Amino acid sequence: MRIRALVFRIWRQFLHDKRTLALMLLAPLFVMTLISLVFNGSTYKPKIGLITMPTALSQRLATESVTLSSYASPASALSALKNQSIDAYVDFHHGQLTIKLEGSDPSTNQAVLMDLQKLTQPTTTHQAFKQPMISYLYGSASMTSFDNFGPVLIGFFAFFFVFLVAGISFLNERTTGTLDRLLATPIKRYEVVLGYVLGYGVFTIVQAFLITWFSVDILGMMMTGSLFVLLIVTLLLSMSALTFGMFISSFANSEFQIMQFIPIVVVPQLFFSGLFNIATMAPWLRWLSYLMPLYYGADAMRNVMIRGKSIDVIGIDLLFLLALSLVFIVLNVVTLRKYRKV
Amino acid sequence: MPNKESIVADHVTRRFGKKTILKEISLEVFSSEIFGLLGPSGSGKTTLVKLLAGIDEASSGSVYMGNITLPRREMLSKIGYMAQSDALYEELTAQENLDFFASLFGLSGKTKRRRIEEVMALVNLQDAIKKLVSSFSGGMKRRLSLAIALLHQPKILILDEPTVGIDPILRVSIWNELRAMSDEGTTIIITTHVMDEADKCDRLAMIRNGSLIALGSPDALKQETNTSTIEQAFLTYGGAQA
Repeated sequence: MRIRALVFRIWRQFLHDKRTLALMLLAPLFVMTLISLVFNGSTYKPKIGLITMPTALSQRLATESVTLSSYASPASALSALKNQSIDAYVDFHHGQLTIKLEGSDPSTNQAVLMDLQKLTQPTTTHQAFKQPMISYLYGSASMTSFDNFGPVLIGFFAFFFVFLVAGISFLNERTTGTLDRLLATPIKRYEVVLGYVLGYGVFTIVQAFLITWFSVDILGMMMTGSLFVLLIVTLLLSMSALTFGMFISSFANSEFQIMQFIPIVVVPQLFFSGLFNIATMAPWLRWLSYLMPLYYGADAMRNVMIRGKSIDVIGIDLLFLLALSLVFIVLNVVTLRKYRKV
Repeated sequence: MPNKESIVADHVTRRFGKKTILKEISLEVFSSEIFGLLGPSGSGKTTLVKLLAGIDEASSGSVYMGNITLPRREMLSKIGYMAQSDALYEELTAQENLDFFASLFGLSGKTKRRRIEEVMALVNLQDAIKKLVSSFSGGMKRRLSLAIALLHQPKILILDEPTVGIDPILRVSIWNELRAMSDEGTTIIITTHVMDEADKCDRLAMIRNGSLIALGSPDALKQETNTSTIEQAFLTYGGAQA
């Protein structure tokens, strides 16, 4: 009987907290939907640039699942490779096939090489070629998937933990009544928000430093760019997590409800951050990624760590991160009106 | 002619969503008096206090301090507010809590140190100043919370259930201090549901279900209802309402 009483009490609590109920029942469906959208996209067709190529070969290549484009010179193909409009280019001289890969994504490398390997096999019409010469613009044949995913994961965890901690501590400020007391002093609303940003900012700097140092020096993650630039990226990403966490916390009444936001607002960012190839995603879904801080953070981190890009290339990512943080800061100042009108 | 530090509520109504918490309340708190808000829990005392402190805004009607319409951020520096919940940072020490709030009110250096010592002596917590608030008992937290409200020597002191969980001897000394402060010109608004505390106020407002049911000095209220205690007076007013 006591057990029945307990069971009923728990049911009643759930019925009173419809959000928790909805989370338990619906969130898994939501996450599974996202995953299916990510993985059920059409298989990735490598984009290959051709410079000089015998017609027979390019015709054969065209029968594979690839997108082909022609370039007049190695120089123009190289610049296309650099701005990632193609994944690789091939050139053919005196029976020697030269392949140059963009190289930052091991799975794309593999797809390109698989398709090109077929060309070099002997057929009835011609004999075998010499072994193709393969080179990489970034990365190398020894680059692992971890090197490719690594930067995204650094960004994700930096984001995730700052989000959680900031969200919960700002929530506590509200639930323990200290926010009311704080707002009963002449402090301005924006001072509260900036105080939080700066106060936690110091810890995010330490976190950014630790996480990048650990990944590069201890885990041996590939790192071709400058550590300083990487730190700036991590810092700005954490800043967006901080302001975003504070904002989200105003829609939660308990730590538990903050947790409920994780599958809704944090996990999806992981899918859109480049962990999976979003080029195969439905276009209407792809624009979602432009609203997600992690998308910019991960893109910048990959550019720095794998491609060794400097601040002028990733500047646009940093700008978006900064803008998102500013938007959340303003939203936080506005939401504080809920607790004090002036 | 309202004094500079008097607070006037003029037909104040406060709604949260569809729920009306306060209905058409009009009252004036005179300068340097101890004004009590008496009512059962859930009657709307805390909501009214927040309006009088200028933290919250009325749905209709207005609140004035002197001739200034509240809420207004600048006026908050004149107000010491002690909320019903203790609202302390439990992971900090008493000293750190005091230091934080003192700084928010612009105290610094010697003045800050002196004021912290004074208020801690007042609530008899000097020995616990270096301790973490999380190790405090309920009564100690209440006292620290009161100490914080007194830090910046506010012209208006608003105390929401200040003496809950405080031992009777200390309660007497706190009331003596409140009386001394009011004699020196501080206006004090205090909410309570303890009837014997209500007796110590200069004037009382009785609130029930969000409406003002009576307003006057404790003696006048007792006289008017032909009763000998505030509790009986409250019952009479409440009964007349129902």
